[in-house]
Amino acid sequence: MSAPSGGRILFTAFVALVLTVLPLPPWLDVLRPVFLVLAVLYWSVNAPRTGDIALGFFAGLALDVFQGPVLGQHALALTLVTYIAVREHQRIRSKPAFQQALIVFAALAVYEFVLFAIDGWSGHPVTSPLRWVHTVTGALLWPPVAAVLASGARGRA
Amino acid sequence: MAAFGTPAGRPWQGRGGSAGFRFTLYAAVAVVVMYLDQHQHYLEQVRYLLQAAAYPIQLAVNSPPAAWRWIGQSFESRERLQAENARLRAAQRDLELRSMRYEALARENGELRGLRAALPPVADRWLAAEIVSIQLSSLRQRLLIDRGAVNGVFKAQAVLDDRGLIGQTAHVGPWSAEVILITDPEHAVPVRIERTGLRTIAVGAGDAASLALPYLPANADIKSGDLLVTSGLGGVFPEGYPVARVTEVHRDAVQPLAQVRAEPLAHVDTDSEVMLVWFRADRPTAPTPTTGKSLGELKSGIPSLQPQAVPPRPLSAAPGPPAATPQPARARPPAAVGRKQPAEPQATEPQATKPAAAPNATEPKAAIPQSAPPEPATPEPATPEPATPEPPRHEPPTPQPDAPHAKEQQ
Repeated sequence: MSAPSGGRILFTAFVALVLTVLPLPPWLDVLRPVFLVLAVLYWSVNAPRTGDIALGFFAGLALDVFQGPVLGQHALALTLVTYIAVREHQRIRSKPAFQQALIVFAALAVYEFVLFAIDGWSGHPVTSPLRWVHTVTGALLWPPVAAVLASGARGRA
Repeated sequence: MAAFGTPAGRPWQGRGGSAGFRFTLYAAVAVVVMYLDQHQHYLEQVRYLLQAAAYPIQLAVNSPPAAWRWIGQSFESRERLQAENARLRAAQRDLELRSMRYEALARENGELRGLRAALPPVADRWLAAEIVSIQLSSLRQRLLIDRGAVNGVFKAQAVLDDRGLIGQTAHVGPWSAEVILITDPEHAVPVRIERTGLRTIAVGAGDAASLALPYLPANADIKSGDLLVTSGLGGVFPEGYPVARVTEVHRDAVQPLAQVRAEPLAHVDTDSEVMLVWFRADRPTAPTPTTGKSLGELKSGIPSLQPQAVPPRPLSAAPGPPAATPQPARARPPAAVGRKQPAEPQATEPQATKPAAAPNATEPKAAIPQSAPPEPATPEPATPEPATPEPPRHEPPTPQPDAPHAKEQQ
């Protein structure tokens, strides 16, 4: 697949951000995966040169503005996850979708754990188990999300 | 590439050094930003700018629901609108009637506290704000409203709706502000139980329909149906606004604390507008005024009241010590109780200070007498009228602690 342009990556990231902050009823909100993280993961794996750690950092910063109690929290978590994805992108890319979904689950768990740790450290502990739900739904939704992003990249790039 | 067993190999190289280097760099930036945001307040400006940048997106994201609401409203039938109009008219008349009475009560309250004039209204100024978005998850209960710094909104400003307290502003941008709701698990609001004056703290439970009162001892005088109002302590919320109604009191013999749940009176999920309130911090909000000349008068008055207040005292004082900060001045319940019918035969107090009480009994709004035990002692019987014939004693035994009942018996 040819390397997609930076513009396309930014566009998809923006759409993912909108999906992430779109108001939803509470029960659906709990289930909603963090689409922005999925998109960043996809580009880190499939276009590590364009979508870089910087993408993770700034996407995380955007999440912080919308829903972070502490500025920099999501940025750190997403930077870490992006780093892992970029580093291992060749191995992840070659896996079948099912295994990729497992890896995404692990990455989301790491992401959420960092958020959780920082929440505790900064005095906003939210211990509800519901906060982990999105790691599962995110992994389940990974194949379709990846397919959509891939088709967009192939169709117009 | 064979998936398993491939050695990690050297880090991928790209522009600006290795991935590891750039990761370290960004992670360090993130950590510094977090530290600054958490411990210093250097980042308020940055937050402000970011909030400004995010606002258009938030508006756009929330436009579909808003458009849907708008369409719904535009196509409402004529009959429905007329019905609503009639309902609002009735509500307004009702409010006008009530506010007429309010003026009298405010004046009376001022007099009770030894102030010469009616207290200034708690709220100086109001500003209506539209809700742009609502976030009601178990982790975060927030609102975004369409007023910001350019409208004079400031951080930690109280937000109410027409039924009760909603929350306070957490982040303020130029044209928008984020409101943290009282039901957010990170939020706590100092409250007072209106019936008894007992003070405690209501903590959000992460559920739009409930608050927890975790710091009440098992023997606290609280029951289902009690109204919680803001206590004014802490200085963020003006005093006396309704917050929630107690729905559930669970006392477990094993546990030292009662498990109390309350339901917020405000209904954020059905509101489309909220009110931002400016109030005077220097007003004697809490029961013990700390400023103004009222201070002196009350100070001199209260101590001498103490000895006589024996019967009424226990009601509110008893549950106090563990949870509520014991404030002598507030301990007497009359505030809630005071506005009762004129000319209570309060003078029936067997105390020697009767003469002082008598003048009050003659005044038109002699609500004061309800608080009779305190009253007689106030060293300012400003109008020493000749004692009017006092009504006969109706209740020879000690006055009931909770005056409403005492009144009904007569």
